[in-house]
Amino acid sequence: MQTANKVSQQQLTGASGQQITCLRFNGDISSVSRDAVVGTYQALDKTAHKRILLDFKGVEYLNSSGIALVIQVLMEASKSGQTIAICGLTPHFTKVFTMVGITKYATLYPDEAAALSAL
Amino acid sequence: MTVTSGSKVEVRLPSRLGFEKVAMSTAAGMAKLMGFSEDRIEDLKTAVAEACINAMEHGNQMNASVPVSVVLSMKPNELEVKVMDNGAGMEVPAPAPDIDRKMSGEEEARGMGMFLIQALVDEVEWVSATGTDEQSFVRLVIRMNKESE
Repeated sequence: MQTANKVSQQQLTGASGQQITCLRFNGDISSVSRDAVVGTYQALDKTAHKRILLDFKGVEYLNSSGIALVIQVLMEASKSGQTIAICGLTPHFTKVFTMVGITKYATLYPDEAAALSAL
Repeated sequence: MTVTSGSKVEVRLPSRLGFEKVAMSTAAGMAKLMGFSEDRIEDLKTAVAEACINAMEHGNQMNASVPVSVVLSMKPNELEVKVMDNGAGMEVPAPAPDIDRKMSGEEEARGMGMFLIQALVDEVEWVSATGTDEQSFVRLVIRMNKESE
């Protein structure tokens, strides 16, 4: 019943010229997505990847356990001095992420283009 | 198809993560038939999924052979959803998540399901089983227009 979760990684350049590591998620983000979300983030070299964009455009289903994984990434990134930005959320999940306070620790952008122009 | 107030649909799910999406899709389909707006349907989908996950995890202790029953009832301008399990019931109300405490590790990153349910629907009631033959349940009510409360 859980859709296989795939993550792809891409290096992008923001408007400021800074390198941005984009993690694009697809499928479900739920309690079974720990490796895809937290594992993929933890595999990045923390000194080489200082700005990370989490792209949820391809996500079909997201629940509170999946949101908790995003919070775990934010927690580790904060300790490592990395900046996390988020894009591609639906209007509903933009509302939900705001409700739970994630916007205090990560800026939400409607899409990748908006994120890159601001980063 | 004529949508009649009073129509009822029951779904029985194994307590296995992922099956909450069956109840979620059923609820969304009924709300669409009733003419709910897209944003209200999204609120409903998240609330129903979280209620089913709570029932599977906390109520039925993830015992796949113990079903979660979901009864969806169409009423004038609102949809009522009852999610039943074999547990002792939940402690309510759920506090709002404290992102600062989560970020500092003082509060678990998980545990936002009940908060989201409360925040997204118009009425919510948790009822604990009082006898061995009874089931605990959460009853959600979502209205077509939030402003019509």
